[in-house]
Amino acid sequence: MSKELMNKKDIDRALTRMAHEIIEKNKGTGNLCLVGIQRGGVYLAKRLASNIKQIDKKDIPVGSLDIAFYRDDLNIRKAQPVVRRTEISFEVTNLKIILVDDVLFTGRSIRAAMDAVMDLGRPSAIQLSVLVDRGHRELPIKADYVGKNIPTALTETVEVQLEEEGFEDRVILKKVEEEK
Amino acid sequence: MKNKDLLGIKELSAEEINLILDTAGGFRDVIGRDIKKVPALRGKTAVNLFFEPSTRTRTSFELAAKRLSMDVINFAIPMSSVVKGESLIDTALTVQALGADFIIIRHSSSGVPHLLSTKVKASIINAGDGTDEHPTQALLDAFTIKEKKGKIDGLEIAIVGDIAHSRVAKSNIYCLKKLGAKVRLIGPPTLIPEKIQELGVTVFHSMEEGLKDLDVLMMLRIQMERQGKGFFPSTDEYAKNWCLTTERLSLAKDDAIVMHPGPMNRGIEIVSEIADGPRSVILEQVTNGIAVRMAVMYLLAGVKR
Repeated sequence: MSKELMNKKDIDRALTRMAHEIIEKNKGTGNLCLVGIQRGGVYLAKRLASNIKQIDKKDIPVGSLDIAFYRDDLNIRKAQPVVRRTEISFEVTNLKIILVDDVLFTGRSIRAAMDAVMDLGRPSAIQLSVLVDRGHRELPIKADYVGKNIPTALTETVEVQLEEEGFEDRVILKKVEEEK
Repeated sequence: MKNKDLLGIKELSAEEINLILDTAGGFRDVIGRDIKKVPALRGKTAVNLFFEPSTRTRTSFELAAKRLSMDVINFAIPMSSVVKGESLIDTALTVQALGADFIIIRHSSSGVPHLLSTKVKASIINAGDGTDEHPTQALLDAFTIKEKKGKIDGLEIAIVGDIAHSRVAKSNIYCLKKLGAKVRLIGPPTLIPEKIQELGVTVFHSMEEGLKDLDVLMMLRIQMERQGKGFFPSTDEYAKNWCLTTERLSLAKDDAIVMHPGPMNRGIEIVSEIADGPRSVILEQVTNGIAVRMAVMYLLAGVKR
């Protein structure tokens, strides 16, 4: 059981709007950088950066962040953690960091990402940009830029499939099979 | 990872070894930062149980545990020649009752970590058991080679010296073979076990022949306590035949790297010129050791019990 929530055009439009919102809220692109959370967030951060460049004609730095070492569920996860690289080649201190993720759910990944960024330096601000907000927060965390709000049930999962990973761009809602 | 323990490389698959090396890459970045610590294993406890003297391995494990935000206890053990099986298990159970999640053990008898792993729920990490294995040393060596050469598969790698008594050599043979390297052993016949070719290695009894076209040279420490026991006549004689000199190193490839697990006997198995020279990666091995041990503990903590 799966249902398409966004197609390629929807995703493109959402990312274009979010790029405009980022520039508007920050009054330009000065001191701005994008940090994508591994993995989906990394591709979205690159797309947002190229959208921002088209609008404002400026390159803004893009990094990737792996949050495995900051997660709070090492003992309760079923799968072995896969550690991906954190590549942030710029000094984060005094920069405005926009964290980019594909789906905002419990907020725990974002909590971990904020801790990870803080260990790299002292940014002047951290903002959050997500393609999909599916609700069910377990922490007081809210996104600054949202592609689409999608009310979901806890028994459902939201999957963001991107061209960079060999899919067609789309967001789908899946019903999770009952676990035995 | 399949098991809760790291007892030896022999028990690991190539896939598991690569998972450890890839994970260590992430930790290598962490320990290069200003804040060299992550909260990954906050609240857990590691106990160093070293029945044999060791400074660098124990310190490396201690730092690795601390950089994962664990609490670390160094259990002081009075040096006794033989520890009876009974009291050894009691010691491990006591350490576990103190709340240890990891027991890092070094012991002069082979197989001790394996025995303990069946008796306690904590993860046992072998930090060297007799002449059996020293898995984290082999993993940090593999990590260093991969970092320097970009790969391990297909490389010509030699282990030089006292192979017979070396757990470092044994773990490295298992590890490098599993990762596809061509492994040579170089040393006097008295220090290379007879049937070792069965592990898929080539044996040389001459530096001049063995060093040709090598990508990596792993020098072993000559264990001074073996002197005068008939394995080799004297350290002078050993140095004359087996010491890595500049002249001998020139037989290997121009970009060959030189490794040593430490502590070195300068002038006996390796000359200072090479140990401190540009081809030496000996100090990188020490730094990488922390990253690899962090990766091992991190991955073992995620194993379902």
